[in-house]
Amino acid sequence: MSIDTAIAAKVAKLARIRVEEDALPALAEEFNNILGFIEQLNEVNVDGVEPMTSVTPQRLKRRVDVVNDGDQQDKVLKNAPDAREGFFAVPKVVE
Amino acid sequence: MSALNTFTIAEARDKLRAKEVTAVELTQACLTAIEGADALGAYVHKTPDLAMEQAKAADARLASGDAPDMCGIPLGIKDLFCTKGVDSQAASRILQGFKPEYESTVSQNLLDAGTITLGKLNMDEFAMGSSNETSVYGNAVNPWKVDDRQLTPGGSSGGSASAVAADLCLAATGTDTGGSIRQPAAFTGIVGIKPTYGRCSRWGVVAFASSLDQAGPMTKTVRDAAIMLETMAGYDPKDSTSADIPVPNFEAMLTGDIRGKKIGIPKEYRMDGMPAEIEKLWEDGTAKLRDAGAEIVDISLPHTKYALPAYYVIAPAEASSNLARYDGVRFGHRASLAAGDGITEMYEKTRAEGFGPEVQRRIMVGTYVLSAGFYDAYYNRARRVRALIKKDFDDVFAAGVDAILTPATPSAAFGLGEMTDADPVQMYLNDVFTVTVNLAGLPGISVPTGLDSTGLPLGLQLIGRPWEEGDLLNTAYALEQAAGFVAKPQKWW
Repeated sequence: MSIDTAIAAKVAKLARIRVEEDALPALAEEFNNILGFIEQLNEVNVDGVEPMTSVTPQRLKRRVDVVNDGDQQDKVLKNAPDAREGFFAVPKVVE
Repeated sequence: MSALNTFTIAEARDKLRAKEVTAVELTQACLTAIEGADALGAYVHKTPDLAMEQAKAADARLASGDAPDMCGIPLGIKDLFCTKGVDSQAASRILQGFKPEYESTVSQNLLDAGTITLGKLNMDEFAMGSSNETSVYGNAVNPWKVDDRQLTPGGSSGGSASAVAADLCLAATGTDTGGSIRQPAAFTGIVGIKPTYGRCSRWGVVAFASSLDQAGPMTKTVRDAAIMLETMAGYDPKDSTSADIPVPNFEAMLTGDIRGKKIGIPKEYRMDGMPAEIEKLWEDGTAKLRDAGAEIVDISLPHTKYALPAYYVIAPAEASSNLARYDGVRFGHRASLAAGDGITEMYEKTRAEGFGPEVQRRIMVGTYVLSAGFYDAYYNRARRVRALIKKDFDDVFAAGVDAILTPATPSAAFGLGEMTDADPVQMYLNDVFTVTVNLAGLPGISVPTGLDSTGLPLGLQLIGRPWEEGDLLNTAYALEQAAGFVAKPQKWW
């Protein structure tokens, strides 16, 4: 599988990272090197092997469905780059 | 009495109780050492006022007579741990100025025991790297030096390793996703243990790859690792993968008696082109364990070769998901926007400015392997291979092996900048001996056992059964005793 600049641009878009047009060929080449390394996995016979979901056999604990935290608006907003009137502020989303 | 900052945790604990030193004196000695060590780039946020306040409280607690072992011990904390009111930015520009309103469970466990926070330690950005060269703060530098070159302390816990090796703290916290505690420990002649996955809570530790990340201590001795791990570990309802099982007194298990223990030597770790010095170190370590009464057995872990490629699918996949939260909305950096820019431009510009090249690369590789059409071919295949890697270990342990001995790294510390032009895959090879342990969720410890011909430290790794850190630490203790590694870096900084 070879990655061209169009695929590299698509991946950058999916990842929401701006990559300038002139940086795409180098990025595609890096992807190809890394994916070439990963291709070794195709040598392994994985027939009948379940993909691992948890490295230690465990069942997630359950808890009672109740509110156990809250009323910390000031703390939640404290590190926001732009907070106004108790909300996170972002550029216009809906036209 | 030797300088107080050179103490081990165990020495300091005993002298604090004998009233030969105070926590304030220990802390002052460390702060003085830190002030003179900016050339090492180990500390990136210093907290001397906080440290002195904590030291006074620790002295009062010690005077009351009811203080835990770690009370009054000055520590450095890796920048990946969220520390309340103290900058915590995972060595990334995207978290510049971030001061958490909460404390990570592991660092809180330490604080509850009376430890002292000297400051935050340098690391690779988001713990992605093996040389501490991807940090927004600049490089951390290895205190070991044998020629004109400045050497890497390893990564990602490079600042932690540098600080412990240079006596800028008594011990430090680290985290390990593919080798990030054990490789820097080996490069700097100290001890580092990655516990069993689930032993330490991940809550409040900036997430890289959640199924692999574990916190652990980086210390001057195996005994110190045992003492500190006991304090860091424990069940935490805030981390659904933390294990609800008792934490034993690890230090009490350090008898040094390993007679009859079965130590496995995996043939697949004898890599092509392995330096003769590493091979000799491994053979010497094997002989020392045999002399101590262990039974040495040859074992096979047939899927070892596929651990790194599986890791470089799984870790970036998880990272791409975890790092989606850095969007310039809730915390950290937001790019300044041009007129007419919408929310997509805000995300894209913020993330392009905020993440360094290695982090961007891994996010995008992760995005690719998870994308429609490739999910099965890459991500699911890697998870199947991971299951096989874990089965390799399960089979060996089921056959009665107690621990596995391997080299910790394929070389001694290399020069900063020497890998700059190399393919990223070359850097990834640093983790070849350590990454299997994360994929299988096992405990692994790096112990310094020798010097190379130029005088740089080298380490061996011991891998243990899940949840048996106590037994693993005891084997490491026996190896440490037999190796008698006492070398320290000469101060040049």
